[in-house]
Amino acid sequence: MLNVTREKILSRLKAAIGDTVPAPPTVCMPIATFSPEEKIENLRTRMEAMRTEVHLVQSDAWIATLKTILQARKLKTLVYAPDTWMAPDIGQAWDDDSTDLPAKIPFDRPIEDFKGELFEIEAGITTTCGAIAETGAIVLWTDASEPRTLSLVPPVHIAVLKADQIYNSFCEIIQAQNWTAGMPTNALLISGPSKTADIEMTLAFGVHGPKELIVLILKD
Amino acid sequence: MDSKRTYPAKPDSVYFFGTCLVESAYPQAGMAAMRLLKEEGLRVVFPRQQTCCGQPAYNSGFAEEARQVARTQLAAFPRDYPVVVPSGSCAGMMRHHYPYLFAGRPEWEQTRRFAERVFEFTEFMRHVMGATFEDKGPPLRVTWHSSCHAMREMQVTEDSKALLRQLGRVELIELEREDECCGFGGTFAVKQPAISSAMVYDKTEDIRQTGAERVIAGDCGCLLNITGNLEHRHIPVRGQHIAEFIWERTHA
Amino acid sequence: MPETQPFDFKANIKKALADKQLGKNLKSAMDGLRVKRRAVFADTDELAALRAQGEAVKQRALSRLPELLTQLEAKCTANGIQVHWAETVEEANRTVLNIMQRHDATLMVKGKSMLSEEMGLNHFLEDQGQEVLETDLGEFIIQLAGEPPSHIIVPAVHKNKDQIARIFQEKIPDTPYTEDVDALNAIARKTLRQKFFSGQVGLSGVNFAVAETGTLCLVENEGNGRMCTTVPPVHIAVMGLEKVVEKLEEVPPLLRLLTGSATGQLITTYFNMITSPRRPGEKDGPLEVHLLILDNGRSAILDDPELRRSLQCIRCGTCLNHCPVYVRIGGHAYGFVYPGPIGEVITPQFEGLEKAGDLASASSLCQACGEVCPVKIPLPDLIRRMRREGVGQGEDGCVRGFGTKRHLLEVLAWKAWALVNRYPRLNAINNLVLSRVGNRMPRLGPLAAWTTGRTAPRFAPKSLHQLADEEGLPHA
Repeated sequence: MLNVTREKILSRLKAAIGDTVPAPPTVCMPIATFSPEEKIENLRTRMEAMRTEVHLVQSDAWIATLKTILQARKLKTLVYAPDTWMAPDIGQAWDDDSTDLPAKIPFDRPIEDFKGELFEIEAGITTTCGAIAETGAIVLWTDASEPRTLSLVPPVHIAVLKADQIYNSFCEIIQAQNWTAGMPTNALLISGPSKTADIEMTLAFGVHGPKELIVLILKD
Repeated sequence: MDSKRTYPAKPDSVYFFGTCLVESAYPQAGMAAMRLLKEEGLRVVFPRQQTCCGQPAYNSGFAEEARQVARTQLAAFPRDYPVVVPSGSCAGMMRHHYPYLFAGRPEWEQTRRFAERVFEFTEFMRHVMGATFEDKGPPLRVTWHSSCHAMREMQVTEDSKALLRQLGRVELIELEREDECCGFGGTFAVKQPAISSAMVYDKTEDIRQTGAERVIAGDCGCLLNITGNLEHRHIPVRGQHIAEFIWERTHA
Repeated sequence: MPETQPFDFKANIKKALADKQLGKNLKSAMDGLRVKRRAVFADTDELAALRAQGEAVKQRALSRLPELLTQLEAKCTANGIQVHWAETVEEANRTVLNIMQRHDATLMVKGKSMLSEEMGLNHFLEDQGQEVLETDLGEFIIQLAGEPPSHIIVPAVHKNKDQIARIFQEKIPDTPYTEDVDALNAIARKTLRQKFFSGQVGLSGVNFAVAETGTLCLVENEGNGRMCTTVPPVHIAVMGLEKVVEKLEEVPPLLRLLTGSATGQLITTYFNMITSPRRPGEKDGPLEVHLLILDNGRSAILDDPELRRSLQCIRCGTCLNHCPVYVRIGGHAYGFVYPGPIGEVITPQFEGLEKAGDLASASSLCQACGEVCPVKIPLPDLIRRMRREGVGQGEDGCVRGFGTKRHLLEVLAWKAWALVNRYPRLNAINNLVLSRVGNRMPRLGPLAAWTTGRTAPRFAPKSLHQLADEEGLPHA
């Protein structure tokens, strides 16, 4: 029955367009081009305007900044993915000194066995696959090494971005990273903490997603 | 409607299309416009066969009736003189909607060429004639109301205001919501009277708040609506067509 | 949408205009949205280029619709997404229910979806004993209030915070009255978080479906859409068949246009691109993703080259925000799912002119909608077209209920008008009559309507023709 429906719809559509000549394809153009410094500045400005906390740090010192952020917030729990490039750094840092740091919890099981715990965790940390300077957004490329709910369920989301992965525009990152060759289960652009203006157009942060977004931009 | 048009050189003769509302309710505005055109050295031709641009029927869904009436206008302006129209709305109908109305019909080519010759009055005075005025009236505060079609179809709002700004002793106080419709909309006013009234009420409130003594407009449909509501509400602001106003200011 | 009583536009308008609180709520919200849109599109050249691009992308996609839908289906299937087709809302609802039943699901958490409103999905599932929960804050508020959305983007825009405070207090157990927006927000967060946790099926709409990669794109700010599409074990996405675009690269301009037009944002908080269910080795995400492609009259709209342009719509709602009529009467008065200018165009096509043809009268044709439409739908032309279809004019007549808004008196009036304006001699007589008795006309019919808020028009003693003769202006 469903296939009949499909055929009926498609044949109606074919009859409807008849011999319509398709409009020519459009070309995707990056609207702005920035220098590396401008990319960082624009990204920071845009994201801060969306109430994101942005820290620009040296690559080799990022973990110290992370510790400071976590300590200042007195967070009790931090969930992370154990198979990313930064997991060993986190492991080492906590081994060195975990005074006043949240308990680090690896997301190492399917969500079915982890859901109860996950919904109680206070912060999650993720990598990013890049960012977009023009509109101000980080890009998350979730896969087996990094689950989707890490950046969604905990009230604080910390994202780590490498400065050389900031692109001018959304179009540019699609092309440069050859997205069409294979999209992940879920790719995400995130420009700030969760927000709404559904009550009297008054902006309120932290509706269903994270209440806080902290981005660490790592530069060499 | 997207790009600014290019304007011809000054002609010797122009046609004047009066519009049906000017014809019966605001003839002085039409006469003022024609006199101002004459003062620019033009021979102003007023074809007696002209009636209405057809927009009322067109906007009500009666396209065939609109076409019948449009044909009368196409026949009334046979020479290649510019057709000057003291209304952004009627000019918009003739310039932008006639080609649509006759798409795929024998008159299409004629219509397209006709449409090219249609100019709104203030647009024509500013861009084709480069008219300059000397204000001879006493100091006066006015506000300006642009019709939606003058603003969005003909895109001549700035032309109208540029002419007003030439009048040295006239202070132009702009409306807070200049880009909002006054609620006339032709048959809209009688098909949806409650919404239309709510819209014109807000418009006259905006006018009242400017403290202006007169509201000047380039479209008599809007004027009929706005002055009707001003009177209804006993707000002592007079409405006037821009051509009549400029004539009055320059011949005091 | 199931209707409890027949659509009475006039009565709805009267009620809406009498509701001063509604007027205030709408005015301040719409003013704000317009200002924000203008700010984000301050560069008018850039906006013009973007609109041209958006229009071209959508037009191209529409002209290749069967091909792109087939490609989308193939790509999605290869990615592990199960694709379903539905001709009618009944079929669509049934498909959703079947999926729920197959999983013994009783709780659906929903992200915002206008298509699901078009389907009347909530009522359908509730009648089948399912619990359906709207999770977008605005949708949540109106679901509690038992109302449909009044706006495509901001569904609870007709309510102010005291009204919302009262709804929360009444409908959510153990909730104190508070007008504090952050507190109200926190109440919703707390209430819904439990539901995200336990929801067995998540439902979402689709903003853009990318054929070349089989990717479903979702635009949102709150994170509820991500919750609905990530946490429950089953995700069902519903899309109108016009939502498909060919290439991923075509998405960025559409996204800019959508967020800028809808809420004046350069980008929303989240842009969520879903390409598959959970893959082997992944630790979360739904185990099943279903894509439901619904026709519901769209293929008929595609059939007409002019009306086809209404399928370019990306549901940004900016034509509502800029419409002087919508701003005064709000969405509920329009009686159907899609209000405002776009509703005046697509609702009569979905529902037939007999039922919904009156909607086309709710426009002064001020063209504000056409001016701001991000994909350049000629809304005023299409509203006029609906009027034409309603009175049964034109050989093109293809909308259901063609001619059902034709009234003899009106037809005669326009015939008489045409006669008087076709023949200059008759016109001269008409003008003479107007100048003599026009100011003494009884206030009946149109004049009665006119004089509800205005003094009667005054006709001049001499017509322009007479004055031109007196002045000796040349005839030719």
